Amino acid sequence: MDLVALLAIQVLYAIASLALMSVGLAIIFGMMKVINLAHGEFLMLGGYAAIQANRLGLSIWIAMLIVAPIVVGAIGVIVERTIIRWLYGRMIDTMLATWGLSLFLVGLTTAIFGNTTVGLSAPLGSFEIGQYRTSAYTLFVIGVALVVLFGVLAILRFTRLGLIARGTMQNANMAAALGVNPNRVYSITFGAGAALTGLAGAIIAPVSGVFPTIGAAYVAKCFITVIGGGASIVTGTTTASTLFGAVNQIATYVTTPVFGEVALLAAAIVLIRVLPQGITGRFFRGSL
Amino acid sequence: MNIDRRQLLGTAVALAGASTLSAPAFAADPIKVGSLHDLSGGLDIYGKPMVDALTLAIEEANAAGGLLGRQLQLVNYDTQSSMQLYTQFAQQAALKDKVAVVHGGITSASREVIRPVLDKFKTLYFYNTQYEGGVCDRNQFDTGVTPAQTVEKLVPYAMKKWGKKVYVVAADYNYGQITSQWVKKYTIDNGGEVLSIDFFPLDVTNFSSTISKIQAAKPDFVWSALVGGAHISFYRQWAAAGMNKSIPMASTTFGVGNEQIVLSPDEANGMLVCYNYFESVKNPVNTAFLEKFHTRFGADYPNVTELAMGTYQGFKLWAEGVKKAESVDRMKVIEALETGVSIDAPSGKVTIDPPTHHCILDVHIAEVRDKKFLLLEDFPQQKPADTAAVCDLKKNPNDNQQYVIKF
Repeated sequence: MDLVALLAIQVLYAIASLALMSVGLAIIFGMMKVINLAHGEFLMLGGYAAIQANRLGLSIWIAMLIVAPIVVGAIGVIVERTIIRWLYGRMIDTMLATWGLSLFLVGLTTAIFGNTTVGLSAPLGSFEIGQYRTSAYTLFVIGVALVVLFGVLAILRFTRLGLIARGTMQNANMAAALGVNPNRVYSITFGAGAALTGLAGAIIAPVSGVFPTIGAAYVAKCFITVIGGGASIVTGTTTASTLFGAVNQIATYVTTPVFGEVALLAAAIVLIRVLPQGITGRFFRGSL
Repeated sequence: MNIDRRQLLGTAVALAGASTLSAPAFAADPIKVGSLHDLSGGLDIYGKPMVDALTLAIEEANAAGGLLGRQLQLVNYDTQSSMQLYTQFAQQAALKDKVAVVHGGITSASREVIRPVLDKFKTLYFYNTQYEGGVCDRNQFDTGVTPAQTVEKLVPYAMKKWGKKVYVVAADYNYGQITSQWVKKYTIDNGGEVLSIDFFPLDVTNFSSTISKIQAAKPDFVWSALVGGAHISFYRQWAAAGMNKSIPMASTTFGVGNEQIVLSPDEANGMLVCYNYFESVKNPVNTAFLEKFHTRFGADYPNVTELAMGTYQGFKLWAEGVKKAESVDRMKVIEALETGVSIDAPSGKVTIDPPTHHCILDVHIAEVRDKKFLLLEDFPQQKPADTAAVCDLKKNPNDNQQYVIKF
């Protein structure tokens, strides 16, 4: 029984971390149709931002929850203004450009921070479930994921900013005719996606550590999640993360991490074969 | 100007003759020492210190007048943690740059990639990493420690201290696969039991389900043969779950990538390891070496690793062989090394074991204590008994394979 509770927490954690890592990509890819291959590097930069801020004496919470999203969000805005904005509507070109960006960011961070793994110790200690122990930080990650998903949903659904963003993505010319500046909306949306990615990178840094090439370990999973989720940002990310996170974690527990990854990829292939538009292309259509 | 065919041929012959004539002048050229190490990508935590050590060793040799009156030149190839580049650069080193020797290869996977290439093109090869043992190849010398030198010592030590039930976590490639079998063998030999062996690809960073499995299995201690930057997160997650307070750990890889510095003392203290070299080894050669190393690479250089020292000693052994052979010719150097060449290295005396081409050297068990290694027990002059049981290059000089432990 204790073991079942522990496993349930870990499955929830796997789902939460996958959702947290993917939601920024879902905004950038789902809303703006930009294939951001530098997504993994944004996660990595979030981790570095938090660790550096923490080393400079800020508390770990401020470093993770405030500094990392601001830093990576700002980088996102700069990237959008200098690279992405020339390439809207040219999906393949955004892929090439962001791939180049990803190589550049890996090189830059290696030059600055070196290529050794750095990390923070996870705060909050551990707690016991019967005779098993697990990290209390796991629960914190689950909590942050819930807050982020509901936050994104609320902003898109209930605020004027969300409405304008959705309108601009659907029809930029019409939005412009109604007095909205599409360029600004694109910048803000890309920046917001980057900021959430930075936050996710900072949140997972104490668990996984950070090194310049760690993005490669995440980027494929994030893309699978976003594509598996389909058009809706929050619903798609949540449903796809739930499916893939649970499949991965349970398969890993029952067999080995190798088969856990295989099971995740197999699930993704089956899903895309059955639902080419992703989960929200068939179910929950029109949801956010 | 008209040049007819005859003139052209004449010129060509003259040029060819000139180039043949210039061959003796080649002796004054520097001796090229090839280095194949990962200086970028996921494995550069291992590669950088190795190249630093090799650089220092070559600079020292040059300052002392070089070898056979010739200066040495380091030809370094960054293999970027890519197996494909290992093949490519090994060919380039052997055929284009014609190096006298190749030092390098970090993972056992990369070694098995370049070993046949260097065999084929007859280029002497030094593999300077601690590894799973068993390579039997006359063209190759292995200066790192193998399981009979380390695992055989550490398993009984840990079992006496903690108990008989072991849970093994290992990297999923030939090193982890074979080393974990050695751990199993020595555990059973000492009357213990291996509860499970779990393998992880090098990019796995989420270990939570494994940590639950280990808790459910209730071992007396955990054995780690994890490799690379991503796997460091295992130790973090282990400590975050509070497990480091209840189940201790021993490792054949911890510290090789300076994990003891990356992790906080709270996360890493108490880990048991067994290697040939630690900075805290006490002898005059080591004191002098550390002083030179820190003068060259800065007083704040974090730690000279096992692999860096392996590379330094590997170069010194090769240089000793060249001096003895009075030549850089591959066969002459191999024959000279096969007389059982020996050096006084920072880790103590290191001697080539002629039948296996491995080394006889000191090993030490140490415990991680506040980002340093505290030496607990010394085992002087250990023989590579694992490889020696299967490999005899004196009897079968043409043997060329990696023997794998079987039970």
